[in-house]
Amino acid sequence: MRLNFGPAAAAALIALVGSVASPAPVRAADVTLLNVSYDPTRELYAKFNELFAHEYQAQTGKSVEVKASHGGSGKQARSVIDGLDADVVTLALAYDIDAIADRGLIAPDWQKRLPDNSSPYTSTIVFLVRKGNPKGIKDWDDLVKPGIQVITPNPKTSGGARWNYLAGWAYALRKYGSEDKAKDYLAALFRNVPVLDTGARGSTITFTERGVGDVLLAWENEAFLSQRELGADKFDIVVPSLSILAEPPVAVVDKNVDRKGTRAAAEAYLKLLYSKEGQKLAAENFYRPRDPEIAAQYRDQFPKVDLVTIDDPIFGGWRKAQQTHFADGGVFDQIYSN
Amino acid sequence: MKPESVHAEPAPVRRAVIAAAALVVGLFIVLPLVNVFAQALSKGWAAYASALVEPDALAAIELTLLVTALSVGLNAAMGLVMAWAITKFSFPGKSFLITLIDLPFSVSPVIAGLVFVLLFGAQGFFGGWLIDNGWKIIFAWPGITLATVFVTFPFVARELIPLMQEQGTAEEEAAVTLGADGWRVFTRVTLPNIRWALLYGVLLCNARAMGEFGAVSVVSGHVRGETNTIPLQVEILYNEYQFQASFAVASLLALLAIVTLLAKAALEARIGARHRGH
Repeated sequence: MRLNFGPAAAAALIALVGSVASPAPVRAADVTLLNVSYDPTRELYAKFNELFAHEYQAQTGKSVEVKASHGGSGKQARSVIDGLDADVVTLALAYDIDAIADRGLIAPDWQKRLPDNSSPYTSTIVFLVRKGNPKGIKDWDDLVKPGIQVITPNPKTSGGARWNYLAGWAYALRKYGSEDKAKDYLAALFRNVPVLDTGARGSTITFTERGVGDVLLAWENEAFLSQRELGADKFDIVVPSLSILAEPPVAVVDKNVDRKGTRAAAEAYLKLLYSKEGQKLAAENFYRPRDPEIAAQYRDQFPKVDLVTIDDPIFGGWRKAQQTHFADGGVFDQIYSN
Repeated sequence: MKPESVHAEPAPVRRAVIAAAALVVGLFIVLPLVNVFAQALSKGWAAYASALVEPDALAAIELTLLVTALSVGLNAAMGLVMAWAITKFSFPGKSFLITLIDLPFSVSPVIAGLVFVLLFGAQGFFGGWLIDNGWKIIFAWPGITLATVFVTFPFVARELIPLMQEQGTAEEEAAVTLGADGWRVFTRVTLPNIRWALLYGVLLCNARAMGEFGAVSVVSGHVRGETNTIPLQVEILYNEYQFQASFAVASLLALLAIVTLLAKAALEARIGARHRGH
């Protein structure tokens, strides 16, 4: 308990600033990688980076430090395009990596370079509600009822938000049978959204900590994580009748690793995500593992959901979905401005 | 002469107004500030200290100190030069220049950040050349410094210009007549006359530089332990359910605010005394 001088000294240092500049610390690692990722993967990659550092040192004898940057998936892709020096990107959806590939930083065939559409883990969209589900929210229909406040991030900047939106679209299309009615459904849903954060984590904090809203549309992993961090006695997870198979993909940023000479380490990093240990870590952090053996081990953790995929004809893949729904003047702009 | 004797309001009205003011200040300023420290210390001093010496927090503190020192130094120098040019000489376009100094106050910090991304980003005007030559501006400390310099640019100049205008050029002219050269005039006549105002401007500039969020957020890239300043680190910790650590780091900025406030009060008393003396 004799640590009291710590904060006092730090505070004094802060107060005296204007005269002192301290250089950035020198890092000793042989290789430094930067993983630019989306919002809810913070906890997963904090653990995974340690695993990788350990494995890489064991295999090559070289020490490696992996730095991380997290934010809304679309925003992160934009940063990489603008020159953020990512060796690997691990984003929320394929379109955001396509956008980087379109600028020539990643080879166009990136999604075929690794197994399972380059998505080492999957997730889906579920509802997080207050304990006991006081508003009786069971399915997508309940989200458009008057007086229900729905929390979701902005689909323009957040990958999770785009999955949320498309899952709702798939449900409405199946239930009401026409695109016009699906638009009406989503327009009603977004009328119930009081605040659009830029990333998934921002929305989670808005719902869990600031106490805004009746239901959070969330990544399944994010919903489980907030239960773990803040207490299972505070929130319930509601699994809707239909949701979407979210495939968050990963890729090496070719132009950056070739310039920095870090390709070998970057490729090893992504490969480790597919290993048994990597898959286990993903499952422990509530991502659905691809590996059948690990998936079987964690079967009870993940509820069974009827899942539609992005390659379903109603979407036609990410490029088409992006163009139809989220580009300027797309369906989201139409319903949100009205 | 008591101030209240000037006014005709009855005592209850006066008391109600004062109470309302005190309530607003208490509710919106004092209470949140106290809350920052209460949250920061909610797990005891040891947890508080360990939140501050955590490597990413230390890196954020170091980066903030570096960026602040650079931007305050640059802005103090540029502010002096600008104020000097504007108040001691007359030239065409002077009033336009004064307007330009205020520009950072009227531009949203986020836009300021985006302007630098558009200029120095990989897709930006200078971006390709910078990358080819191995220069990192955006998503590194130079970009963060540029954004901070932009946002805090007016503080020093805004403090100096009115004062130097008021003082005029008579003392400098006298010094020149007595044979002093330019540098001597500056160090012996001008600088002593403006030192308190200069310090005041530096103080405000410093507080804003350390606390700037928006512009820095746009150019930071949010790389942990590398390009996060204290305000960005606070947001990250808060978003990672590490509330106590987040408030611990935030308390550094709150302390800075308190120190700035006290120093500001002291300086104002100083400047006020000089003004009355004249």
